[in-house]
Amino acid sequence: MKILVCITNVPDTTAKISFTDNNTKFNKAGVQYIIGPYDDYALARAVELKEAQGGTITVLHVGEADSDPQIRKALAIGADDAIRVNTEPADSYYVATQIAHIAQQNSYDLILMGRESIDFNSGVVHGLVGEMLGIPSFSPVMKLDIKDGKAEFAREIDGGKEYLEATLPLVLGCQEPIAEWKIPNMRGIMTARTKPLQVVEPVSVDDMTSLESYSLPAPKGECKMIPVEEAEKLITLLRTEAKVL
Amino acid sequence: MTDFFNIDELLTEENRLIRQTVAEFTNNEIKPIIEEYAQKAEFPAYLVRRFGELGLLGTTLPEAYGGGGADSISYGLVCQEIERGDSGMRSTISVQSSLVMGPIYRYGSEEQKKKYLPRLASGELLGCFGLTEPDYGSNPAGMKSRFTDVGDHFILNGSKTWISNAPLADVAVVWARNPEGRVQGLILERGMEGFTTPEIKNKWSLRTSATGELVFDHVKVPRQNILPKGLGISAPLSCLDNARYGIAWGAIGAAIDCYETAVKYAGERIQFDKPIGAFQLTQKKLAEMLTEITKAQLVAWRLGTLKNSGKATTAQISLAKRNNVAMALQVARECRQILGGMGITGEYPIMRHLMNLESVITYEGTHDIHLLILGAEITGIPAFK
Ligand SMILES: Cc1cc2nc3c(=O)[nH]c(=O)nc-3n(C[C@H](O)[C@H](O)[C@H](O)COP(=O)(O)OP(=O)(O)OC[C@H]3O[C@@H](n4cnc5c(N)ncnc54)[C@H](O)[C@@H]3O)c2cc1C
Repeated sequence: MKILVCITNVPDTTAKISFTDNNTKFNKAGVQYIIGPYDDYALARAVELKEAQGGTITVLHVGEADSDPQIRKALAIGADDAIRVNTEPADSYYVATQIAHIAQQNSYDLILMGRESIDFNSGVVHGLVGEMLGIPSFSPVMKLDIKDGKAEFAREIDGGKEYLEATLPLVLGCQEPIAEWKIPNMRGIMTARTKPLQVVEPVSVDDMTSLESYSLPAPKGECKMIPVEEAEKLITLLRTEAKVL
Repeated sequence: MTDFFNIDELLTEENRLIRQTVAEFTNNEIKPIIEEYAQKAEFPAYLVRRFGELGLLGTTLPEAYGGGGADSISYGLVCQEIERGDSGMRSTISVQSSLVMGPIYRYGSEEQKKKYLPRLASGELLGCFGLTEPDYGSNPAGMKSRFTDVGDHFILNGSKTWISNAPLADVAVVWARNPEGRVQGLILERGMEGFTTPEIKNKWSLRTSATGELVFDHVKVPRQNILPKGLGISAPLSCLDNARYGIAWGAIGAAIDCYETAVKYAGERIQFDKPIGAFQLTQKKLAEMLTEITKAQLVAWRLGTLKNSGKATTAQISLAKRNNVAMALQVARECRQILGGMGITGEYPIMRHLMNLESVITYEGTHDIHLLILGAEITGIPAFK
């Protein structure tokens, strides 16, 4: 089985977010980057599937060289090789086009990625890649097994789970608890440096979106405690102060 | 991560990944459980396997023997990040890597290496290192334990004390006098007749690490269990060089954990209508701590590069161990005060680090003995005797 795992390189969940250039650029200074947490689940499940059934895992990242440490980490965790499309990812359509282009040249049985990145959180890349390749895609997948060339998986839906079966190839957007995050071990780290990381140039894509500016959410307001006996006051406050009713 | 002079930039990509990985492990698997084990004075024995799985045992030894094949800076970073969690856990790793696997690798026969190293690397076996005796602490060269040759095996008599991991260890690397009176290493296995490992109880320090005695009462040691190479007291002392090197890094981890805790607390604790971090006296403490931590980091990093090129000397390692542990202890004490009453509770890691560091400043050569090693280096006149 040939598995492609697409990973994002995103600010650590505890990073302080700020912008520069008149709120048009994310300020990378002092920010720690990590593999997208949902992508990390996808990778972990891919490694488990490979351990159980054999096969190969290729890691794909669309981004610039400053993502290489995260790619090396994915190799240390258990991927066999990596491809980086050397470009600044513009938007979901752009990234999906690059992924689909790579996938077209190599026939992967499974294309796994996170349900969404945790920086832009658009959550559409898996769907776009599926459409571009003309193969089914599902998200968010929280359980995945492969039996006799078929995928058996569970998807989170409103108020429950949906159990599905589909033939490969597939594109899946993953989330917990599909697998437990893996920490690389020393041997993995030491062998990662000799695993191939191929850098390729992007295919050209028409701009579909352009960035106007960023803004931060409003700071959290003060918390007001209202005793149960005064529940009516809550309604008044929601009307007059919060203005949500 | 406190890294004021951006030392991370001086590291290789692998070093950084190792540091991040071990940091993650400490945050996820040591910090959440360690306070409870310390309060119970219990060794979280299950973690030895986890250390093995992650490759934290024998980090610098060749992969052929189950080691990690990493450089000395990687080993230092492992010690630093583990000790950010707890000095007891770092002690377990230091002992297993530098003092058990180290001498077997350097002084052992090929059969001994094949028999023990992979199982020690995986954490299947836990080891201990017996040098200190009840009457010979700072002066191990005076040791009394000895073994005699009775033909098809040796008979070992004597005792060791203050031995980390002893109560649970499966194997012990023990130093004793051979029939010619020279110090030589032996590999003992739990269960050998006449070999017992009573625990030293009621410690207020390193409570997560089990410490004990090794008692040898006519222990029959097979001939193949003697370490053939490495004769004389310099053999165990050179293993200590490696462990001390790791401690120079480890202590920084404990200091950083205390410092970061204190910085956060100083920003949150309000007295006289201000965060206590707004007062100059608190700022002085924090600024001085950051300065000392940064200096210690630079010493450790430079020592690591020397060690990578095989040039680090015993005296340089003494300077680094002595300086960095004393620094960490001082930082822990200051941080303890910044936290006021809260500083003495198990809600925060500081008091535990503080108590742990009281052992770290004594074992692997006391603070004063390292001073004397430096004194001898400077003047050419040893002042030990
Ligand atoms: C928790 C813990 C774990 C340990 N683990 C191990 C282990 O795994 N294996 C092992 O072999 N040992 C271990 N040790 C032993 C440790 O290495 C010794 O405690 C240390 O070497 C000091 O020996 P001592 O305790 O006998 O003190 P002593 O040597 O009696 O020293 C007492 C004091 O006298 C000072 N002193 C001694 N000689 C001189 C001198 N010439 N000039 C000036 N001052 C001097 C010392 O600096 C010290 O302050 C451990 C100790 C502890 C506390």
